[in-house]
Amino acid sequence: MPFSLILSRALSALVTLFGVMVVVFVLVRVAPGDPISMMIAPGATDADIAALRAHYGLDLPVWQQFWIWFGQVLHGNLGTSISMKQGVITIIGQRLPATLELAIFALAMAVVWGGFIALVSTAWRGAWVERLIDNFNGIMLAVPDFIWGLAFVLVLGVLAPVLPISGRSDPSIDAGLTTQFYILEGLLRGKFAFVWDVLKHMLLPACALAFPLAAVIGRVLKNTMMDVMVQDYITLARIKGLSSLRILLQEALRNAAVPALALTGVQFTFLIGGTVITERIFSYPGIGNLAIDAVINRDLPLIQGLVLTFGIIFITVNMLVDALTVWLNPRLRHA
Amino acid sequence: MTLIEARNISLDVPDMSHQALIGQRRKLRILKNVSLSLKKGETVGLVGESGSGKTSLGRCLLRLHEPSEGTLAFDGQDITHASPAQLKPLRRRMQMIFQDPQSSLNPRHTIGSILATALKLNELDAGETSIAAILGRVGLPASASRRYPHQLSGGQRQRVGSALAVALKPEFVVADEIVSGLDVSTQAQVLDLLKGLRDEMGLALAFISHDLSVVRSLCERVVIMKNGEIVEEGLTADVFANPKTGFTRTLIASIPLPEVRPGWLDQ
Repeated sequence: MPFSLILSRALSALVTLFGVMVVVFVLVRVAPGDPISMMIAPGATDADIAALRAHYGLDLPVWQQFWIWFGQVLHGNLGTSISMKQGVITIIGQRLPATLELAIFALAMAVVWGGFIALVSTAWRGAWVERLIDNFNGIMLAVPDFIWGLAFVLVLGVLAPVLPISGRSDPSIDAGLTTQFYILEGLLRGKFAFVWDVLKHMLLPACALAFPLAAVIGRVLKNTMMDVMVQDYITLARIKGLSSLRILLQEALRNAAVPALALTGVQFTFLIGGTVITERIFSYPGIGNLAIDAVINRDLPLIQGLVLTFGIIFITVNMLVDALTVWLNPRLRHA
Repeated sequence: MTLIEARNISLDVPDMSHQALIGQRRKLRILKNVSLSLKKGETVGLVGESGSGKTSLGRCLLRLHEPSEGTLAFDGQDITHASPAQLKPLRRRMQMIFQDPQSSLNPRHTIGSILATALKLNELDAGETSIAAILGRVGLPASASRRYPHQLSGGQRQRVGSALAVALKPEFVVADEIVSGLDVSTQAQVLDLLKGLRDEMGLALAFISHDLSVVRSLCERVVIMKNGEIVEEGLTADVFANPKTGFTRTLIASIPLPEVRPGWLDQ
């Protein structure tokens, strides 16, 4: 990719982030609910309330508050959480790895499963296998992630308790890790029993997040595969003597993957949005669950910090998808 | 000696305009009782309007479609219902050149890797020098092997298509409307190339075209098709001299004549 393109993408990303900051800052202040009223003890005087307000800078005009916050953010400081009395960066830093590991695990499941059903139904197109997969896919697509989550809790957690349905790991195991990247660090340190336990905790929320995405990937990839399979170069590959499997993987998949990839990027951001409810359902200690707590407590600095974090994740994902699309398509690479 | 022989071939495809609630789609018969045979080194022109079934016949001859009725034999071996595994050893010997080289070359692969896959699969030498030699034979520079299809011109892409077909040293080639997308001078170059390759390698060639003037210059025999049936066939010279059916006469009458009065444009 030419340097000027990267530069313009980076600039537009910064402008987007600034817009996100403005919108969220104004919204949380316009929305009903007051952080001070959540924390005052009964019988506090008006003077106490005013003092608290001044302490958190909430007595200033909104635009002034924004510039103070904006300046802090530029210096890498997101302020202090009102409800948790800790630095917002510290709190998010502790919770973000849990969400990243969950989202990436769910994405990997969705890509593998979606790709698999697309390839199988392309290989057996016109046969009963294709119709079966299409119908099954329709169900996966129609049910949203939080319904899957509730269904898993009820069926696999309560009726037949085969998998854990809350938390991130068994609290009785102390793996002695220093970071919050349980899977990554656990693997690097060779604590496979612990990683296995973390994976078991992650499986149901990840499935709930992955099912709708897998269905979308499967459907789009299958459609683009079908378009590709009637191209002359596929016929040519048959004439050249390539086996059906190699035609699917080597000739068709790379051409069909590009539109599916762009869509996967967009859908992945939905998946990250879905972590908010799904983490709540499974009491999973990630930033999604944290966001709900922050909103309930009207914890303005924490809400702002979390929205900013989500914004950075979304923009990063989109930029990665753009880069991958160009890399996969020689016609764009040389443009 | 007969290389490829199709006897009373019919081909049914599912009718896409008809959606059945239960059971199979209605069938549409796009080839009706067609017989055609080619000897080694012989060139037959398949001529007809769009939708007359000439491409379907060409693809049937290569066993890309499985005939619904009739029999198909290649070099004495019945391949009417042969499995992919049975066809594999024959694949190298029967090749196709496509109408649209843009869509017949995978946009994600370089010319070199497209040629190399074909060669390797058929256990031929896929080294740089042999690829350069093949490209040179069709009039392309060796550097073309590093190019992607979209970086070549239409004529160059069509040369790559021919290069692919001849790299495998086939005995039978179906050329499907290979010059219809090219301008006249490039057409002539590609046709010359094809003639040269045919004479050099003793190819049996099924040349599909709606352009009768091209067929006349290239083919010894011609088959005229309409609505999935052969309406007339014979030596090219005979068919052009005394067309038997009205349809053939119309086709011949539609050949554009060269400029009759030199200099009319300047007047």
